[in-house]
Amino acid sequence: MITKDYIIMAPQGLHARPATTLIRLVKNFKSIVNIQKGAKITRLNSMINLLSMTIKGGDTIKLIIDGEDETNAAEALDQFFAEELKDL
Amino acid sequence: MYLRKMEKINGTGVSPGISIGKAFVVKKAETAFSGIVLTTEAEIIEEIAAFNTSVVLALNEIETIKADSELSLQEDALAILEAQIELISDPQIAEDVIEKIKSERKKANHSLAEVIANLVLVFEAMDDEYMQARAADIKDIGNRILGHLNKQLKQPAKFKQDTIIIADDISPSDTIAMDIKHVIGFATRAGSKTSHAAIIAKAKGIPAVVGCGEELLTMQNDDVVILDGKKGLVYINPDDQLIKDYQIKREEQIRQAEKLKALKDAAAITTDGERIVLSANISGADDMEGVHDNGGEGVGLFRTELLFMNRDSFPTEDEQFGFYKQVALQSKGKPIIVRTIDIGGDKQLPYFNIPNELNPFLGYRAIRICLDQTALFITQLKAILRATVFGDLKIMFPMISGIQEIRAAKKILREAKEALSAANVPFKAGIEVGIMIEIPSAAVTADILAKEVDFFSIGTNDLCQYTLAVDRVNEKITHLYDPFNPGVLRLIENVIVQAKKYQIHVGMCGEMAGDPMATLLLLGMGLEGFSMSASSIPAIKNIIINSSKAKAKLIYQKVMGMDNSEEIIAYLKTQTE
Repeated sequence: MITKDYIIMAPQGLHARPATTLIRLVKNFKSIVNIQKGAKITRLNSMINLLSMTIKGGDTIKLIIDGEDETNAAEALDQFFAEELKDL
Repeated sequence: MYLRKMEKINGTGVSPGISIGKAFVVKKAETAFSGIVLTTEAEIIEEIAAFNTSVVLALNEIETIKADSELSLQEDALAILEAQIELISDPQIAEDVIEKIKSERKKANHSLAEVIANLVLVFEAMDDEYMQARAADIKDIGNRILGHLNKQLKQPAKFKQDTIIIADDISPSDTIAMDIKHVIGFATRAGSKTSHAAIIAKAKGIPAVVGCGEELLTMQNDDVVILDGKKGLVYINPDDQLIKDYQIKREEQIRQAEKLKALKDAAAITTDGERIVLSANISGADDMEGVHDNGGEGVGLFRTELLFMNRDSFPTEDEQFGFYKQVALQSKGKPIIVRTIDIGGDKQLPYFNIPNELNPFLGYRAIRICLDQTALFITQLKAILRATVFGDLKIMFPMISGIQEIRAAKKILREAKEALSAANVPFKAGIEVGIMIEIPSAAVTADILAKEVDFFSIGTNDLCQYTLAVDRVNEKITHLYDPFNPGVLRLIENVIVQAKKYQIHVGMCGEMAGDPMATLLLLGMGLEGFSMSASSIPAIKNIIINSSKAKAKLIYQKVMGMDNSEEIIAYLKTQTE
C-alpha cells in the first residue's frame, strides 16, 4: 500500500474537468485507489463521490493506493497532481 | 396577432454584451411515474436490465453528439460531455438505483428519478457555489437516462438566425445539442453566476441573463427581445426607440471590446523599445479576474484591509493565510505586492479602538501601529509568508518615514520567518521586501532607504497630502490637493533617480499612475512600473505603445522647468490630447 499527500494547486480546485481526468486515470490500473480529505474518504471510481468531497484550491488530500500495480499507479497519479492539475 | 406591450425584467447579468433578437422558448416535458410495485423477481431483473440498457443508450447518445461535425464542438463543450460520460456511468448512481429497484420494488424510471432528486438536493445544499451549480449537471444526466427509459429521444434543436433562448434553466445537453451559431443570447428563469448557462455563455462570449423569475416564461416564440448581459436586463417587445438606443450601445461595445482585446496581450513597450510593467491595485482574490482580463502583469498593490473590515475581531493567522493564498493561487505566477495593514487615518476598525486624534493622518496608523502591536504584525507577516508557497508574493510596508522603521519591521519579519522555520512550515525565505514612499522625509532620503529594501512604490495620494499639508478628506481645500505641484513632482523625481542609482525597482501605485495626463511625464522621469485599477490599464498601455521614451524625456525636462502646476497641467493636456 502506498499513501501520498498532495496540496491542490489548481485555484478552482478539483472541478468536473480534472475530476473526469482523475477518475479515468485510476481506471487504467488494477489497484484500488481511495482519496481522503479530512475525515471523508471515498473510492476514486465515482464522479459523484469525488465531487461531493468539494476539494478546493489549497486543500490537502491523501491518496491511498493498494494493489499489484500500485507503484505504477502512484507514479501516474503523482504526475497528474504535480503537473497536469496545475494547467487545468 | 396581438402584440404585447413592452416589459422589462431584472435578472442577474452573467455574461456581458447586448443582444437584440427573437425569442425561442424552450419547454420541458415532465415525466409521470406509474407507481407500479414490482412483484416478481423476473420483473426486478427486467427493470435492472432496462436501467443498464438506458445507461448504454445515453452514453451512445453523447458519443453521437461528440461526433456530430455540424455542431463543431469547442474544447469546453467537449470537456462537459466527457464529465457527463463519467456521471452517467457512475458506479455510485448505478448501485443506488439497483438497490432501490431491489429493495423498494419501484420501476427503474421511478428509482432513477428518486436517486437523482436526492443527489440534486445534496449538491444544492453544499457550501460551495460551484458545487451547487453542479446539481444541474446531475439533473441533466438523470434526464438523459430517463429519456431512454421512457423512450423519448431528444432531437438537437436548430434555430433561425438571431435567436435568443428563453428557458427555465439551461442544461449542458441543451447547450451542446443546440445549433449555437445562430444563438445570440440566453435568458433563464433560474440559475446563478456559476450555473451552466452562465459558464457556457461566458466561454462563448454570448450575452446572458439568469435568475429572471417566473415572468420570463410568459414570453412567446418570436417575441422581440433585448438582452443586456452587463446590467442583467431583459426587455420583451421593446419600442423602436429603445431598439435604436441599444443598437448604438451594442456597436460602441463591440468597438471597445475589440480595442481592449487587441491591447490585452500586447506588451507595454514604447516605440523606442522601453519596457514598462503595468499592474493593478486589488483588495482581494475577486479582483484577479479583472487583472488578467485587462492584461495586468501583476499586482502592484494588494490592500489587505478588506479582510480586517466588516467584522468584530482581528482575523486569525489561518484566516489571513486563506485570504492571501486565494490571491496567490489566482495570480498565474504574476508578482503580487502585499501591503501590510494600513489602518488608522481615515480607516478605522470597530474592534480596534484608536482614541480620537486631532490629526489622525499624522497619528497612530499603518506601520506605526504594527511596530507598536507586534503580535498583530507578526501574525500578518506569518500568514503572508505561508502564502508565498502558492505564488510570487512580495511584502511592502506602508507609511515609512525613516530607516529605523524599516529595520524594526524587517527584524519582526525575521522573527516571523524563524517561528515558521521552527515549526517546519514551508515559505519562500528570499521574499522581496519593499516600502511605500508616501511621506516626504522618505522621498527626500530615498538614497538612504534604497540600501535597505528591494523596491520602492510611490504612493502619490498620501505623498501629495503630506507634502502640500492638505488634508485630502477636507472638502474646503480640495483645490489645493495637486499632484502636479512642482514640489510633489520634485520628490517623485528624486525617488526614481535614487532608485535607479541604487539599482532597485521603482513603481507607483497611487492615483497618478492611472492618470493618462501623467503617463509620459512619469515615463520620462524613468518610472518602470505603474499600478492602477485594472480597468485603467488598457488606456495607459495605449499611450505607452504609441509614444517614445525620447519624447517622454523631453516632456519631463520641459515640465521640470516650469514653476507652477497650472502651466504644467495645461502643457501636459496639449501633449496627451
